Amino acid sequence: MANTAEFRTCPDTGLLFHKPAETLMKLNAVAGIVFLALGGVLGLLMGLTRWPTVHLLQADSFYMLLTAHGLSVLIFWIIFFEIAVLYFTSSTLLRSRLATPRWAWLGFALMVVGSITTMVSIFQGRSSVMMTSYVPMSAEPHFYLGLILFAVGALIGCFVFLGTLVIARAERTYGEGSIPLVTFGALTACIIAIFTIASGAIILIPTFLWKIGYINHIDPLMYRILWWGMGHSSQQINVSAHIAVWYAVMGVVFGARPLSEKVSRSAFLLYILFLQLASAHHLLVDPGIGTEWKIFNTSYAMYLAVLASMIHGLTVPGAMEAAQRKRGFNKGLFEWLRKAPWGNPSFAGVFLSILIFGFLGGISGVVMGTEQINLIIHNTLYVPGHFHATVVGGTTLAFMALTYWLVPVLFRREIIFPSLSKFQPYLFGIGMAGFCLFMMGAGTLGVPRRHWDISFSGAIFGHQFPETAYLLLGLTGISVILAVIGGGLFILQIVGSVFFGKRRGETRGPVPLIAEPVAPGLHGIGIGGISVPGTLVLALVFLTAFILYYFVNWKYLSQVWGLG
Amino acid sequence: MALTPPAERLWWKEPIEAVELFWVAIALVWAIVMFIMMPYWHVYGKQNLSSEAYRTTPEMYTQKVQAMVDKYTIRTETARNMPVVRAPAGADIYMLARLWEWYPALELEKGQTYRLHLSSVDWQHGFSLQPENINVQVIPGYEMVMKITPNKSGEFSVICNEYCGIGHHTMIGKIYVK
Ligand SMILES: [Cu+2]
Repeated sequence: MANTAEFRTCPDTGLLFHKPAETLMKLNAVAGIVFLALGGVLGLLMGLTRWPTVHLLQADSFYMLLTAHGLSVLIFWIIFFEIAVLYFTSSTLLRSRLATPRWAWLGFALMVVGSITTMVSIFQGRSSVMMTSYVPMSAEPHFYLGLILFAVGALIGCFVFLGTLVIARAERTYGEGSIPLVTFGALTACIIAIFTIASGAIILIPTFLWKIGYINHIDPLMYRILWWGMGHSSQQINVSAHIAVWYAVMGVVFGARPLSEKVSRSAFLLYILFLQLASAHHLLVDPGIGTEWKIFNTSYAMYLAVLASMIHGLTVPGAMEAAQRKRGFNKGLFEWLRKAPWGNPSFAGVFLSILIFGFLGGISGVVMGTEQINLIIHNTLYVPGHFHATVVGGTTLAFMALTYWLVPVLFRREIIFPSLSKFQPYLFGIGMAGFCLFMMGAGTLGVPRRHWDISFSGAIFGHQFPETAYLLLGLTGISVILAVIGGGLFILQIVGSVFFGKRRGETRGPVPLIAEPVAPGLHGIGIGGISVPGTLVLALVFLTAFILYYFVNWKYLSQVWGLG
Repeated sequence: MALTPPAERLWWKEPIEAVELFWVAIALVWAIVMFIMMPYWHVYGKQNLSSEAYRTTPEMYTQKVQAMVDKYTIRTETARNMPVVRAPAGADIYMLARLWEWYPALELEKGQTYRLHLSSVDWQHGFSLQPENINVQVIPGYEMVMKITPNKSGEFSVICNEYCGIGHHTMIGKIYVK
């Protein structure tokens, strides 16, 4: 091990922090939360504009701020936070020094400069091209340049993570065995991230050169294929990262062990093998792409990545159930769940994240990613309904849950308003769940996404959407307000705690921050030889909902005009 | 636990929990069912997106559209004199997307099949037929051809659902089915 003065042992958790890594984790997490706050405010403005009776913004500001909203939360918030997660899962969990902290600093600096450059270009008003910036529509050159710089910075972060894994192995900092499951999940995210960033570079660099005049044509279809190699795959980084966080929080709160390392790790492996194919989801109704290509890619090669998510959907709550049962909550099907710490924001956040990600985001994602069903969903409000369930209800809520735990561990401060944190995850989670459901509902009625006025004011022809669509948009607006209050309370709570929370000092606090690990093995728990029967029942409920909803959509499709 | 290295060093030799095995098996079967549904629908279903598409240019496409408009226009509508075109059943019919209109309006016969061509002459647009809710991406340089068979009569709107600039929300066209 390197210079021991560079390390700090957390008195509450026993975790070993390499100080340069710790500083970088803090900075990346804070930068992420700044963009989360910005994105939340912009999200509120979006919701209030799409609520027809409020219709807050003018068209030009709506499209400008929608571009800013997408990038600030979907890219900047999440990737900054993920870099913090990468450093935590490598340096801290492996008890190793961080590889090349100077490079990590450079990466961070590039990400900051890049994200600010892009945001500035948007707020200057001539880059309202949406996050996707489909050519031949074009933004200002520094819009692309900022994104390229940000991507290079994130790529450096990925290599620092990989370098740290190499150092930790060489220096035997975590013994002779394999890396922890959470680190393995983060490694999955990192590998997908490298693919994603490469894909982004392949398309954004030529687009930048096209904008400044060195290339005279970018093929719009090729742009879409490569852009989505970045755009959708980057959301798979989030899936891997937030599932790693699910496992981590279950470990921290319950001392839970994975039911079996082999199954959970294989599921992560399936992500690496198949998730990149997901870019096809956005190209299903594009001209000039073959049917076979669409079917193979959109199903991630026979839905093997969906299989992986379904496995985690069982093994994460399963690990929790096993741990609870071993702690004595072994009665009936659901005592383990009833006696869970529902007032602990880390647990509540992760549990809601699993539910929203699985039931709303997962099912809707697979359904709309079906080649033919996509015809009745593409580019409607259903699409943002789906991905807010995965990225906000899933990823963001999981990261919030982890942050509640990181504040005392990393910043050594108490949470300032503990009673607030008891209900904040519910407020945010329920607001987001409603928001997603209502948007998906409006989407099935044909309401388009990225659209300023569905009453078509000033158009030569008219079109009247059903009253229900207007009602659903109103309910979407109300849900946005709920979610933004929930999100705002989170920001307030975290920023408040980091700056003004009671200092914990370097001694062990009265309330333990990490549970003792439960004993390995699953003997003597469960019902009739089934060790986690409650989780199995929940999983079967999920599967039933999935099957019903899947076939209902085929039914809808069968009623529209014949197409061939 | 999940934050520490596996309890068993040779974790890949541990037996798999029965619940997990059961769930993996069910989930795999479901994945295969979902996969088969797509080719199945191509054979037995009536709503499939064709993969017929051609390279084109704004000039070439505009010419083809205009030829159809000159031949088959039956009336014009709105202050902008938007032509309404009625081509015979089975014919090639065209719709052109541009900032910010769908050109021209079409009149079709219920139960008849047409070859609908779609392309854009400027930016990307989204063909969204309402209230059917059929949605197709329209990309400049590519001419997509899909066979459509209206199964109900009435007035249908084509709205744009790919963001295409400040007038995006005014981009709306018509298809009448008699
Ligand atoms: Cu348009």
